[in-house]
Amino acid sequence: MPSLLFYLFALITLGFGLMVVLARNPVTSALSLAMSFVGLAALFLSLDAYFIGIIQILVYAGAVMVLFLFIIMLLDIKSEEGKSFNLKAIVGGVVLAAVLAVQIAAVASSYGPGRTNLAEARLDLPAAAEYTKLPTIANDLRAGTLPDAKLVGQSLFQRYGFHLQVIGLLLLVGTVGVVVLSKREKEVN
Amino acid sequence: MITLNHYLIVSGLLFSLGLAGVVARRNILIIYMCLEMMLSAANLTLVAFTRFHVTDGLPDFTAQSLVFFTITVAAAEVAVGLAIIVALYRTKRSVETESVTQLQG
Repeated sequence: MPSLLFYLFALITLGFGLMVVLARNPVTSALSLAMSFVGLAALFLSLDAYFIGIIQILVYAGAVMVLFLFIIMLLDIKSEEGKSFNLKAIVGGVVLAAVLAVQIAAVASSYGPGRTNLAEARLDLPAAAEYTKLPTIANDLRAGTLPDAKLVGQSLFQRYGFHLQVIGLLLLVGTVGVVVLSKREKEVN
Repeated sequence: MITLNHYLIVSGLLFSLGLAGVVARRNILIIYMCLEMMLSAANLTLVAFTRFHVTDGLPDFTAQSLVFFTITVAAAEVAVGLAIIVALYRTKRSVETESVTQLQG
């Protein structure tokens, strides 16, 4: 049953990903991308990464896609119907992507450690409770749940506190940059 | 059973789809969407390796904090990129790559 769900969500992710590339109407592309991200979030959940899966839906399928749709509708972009194809770019893109996909598939299928399945890489929560120092995480582990938001938070704030602040600064710079970029320049006479 | 390779191949295919879109499409907005798709494919690889690298009975959460950083950077990148696209549309009245040829030799 879990393997059936994997194939279902992999198909949703890749199928709607293909729709993004093929659709002629930008609104169709944007909505397909949102669906593709939902499928990807389900794949994250199947990997026991609940926090990342929820973040994927909130940030990508929520905030980023709304921003995209807002810009598409603000600019009033027409679909490309009736326009001639750029044959060179399309052939180049398809060949490049096919070569890369074959390469990745060849490397991945000959990668020995990659043959471990989810049952072999089993999580041992009661044993992990013995190793953790924080009581709140240890209690969750003993109760049989995986407190992955707490564990990601522990990793972020204990090991990568400085990097987290740099990312905060990056968001601030990004916000200021967007405001500067979207300000209309005054007419120069 | 689903192995690590299954996830790696799905991630590789998603990345290739994004690459094909970036090279083949002419609408800058769709190129941007395909860039987001490639970033997410990289995230899937990181999360898959996280899950299959079990230390002390738990997944290795170091890579998941890297995924958190990637998602944050991608969000900032989208905001700035869309502002640039809007500024471009104001001057060129188009979001096609053919309309931006000022630096062409």
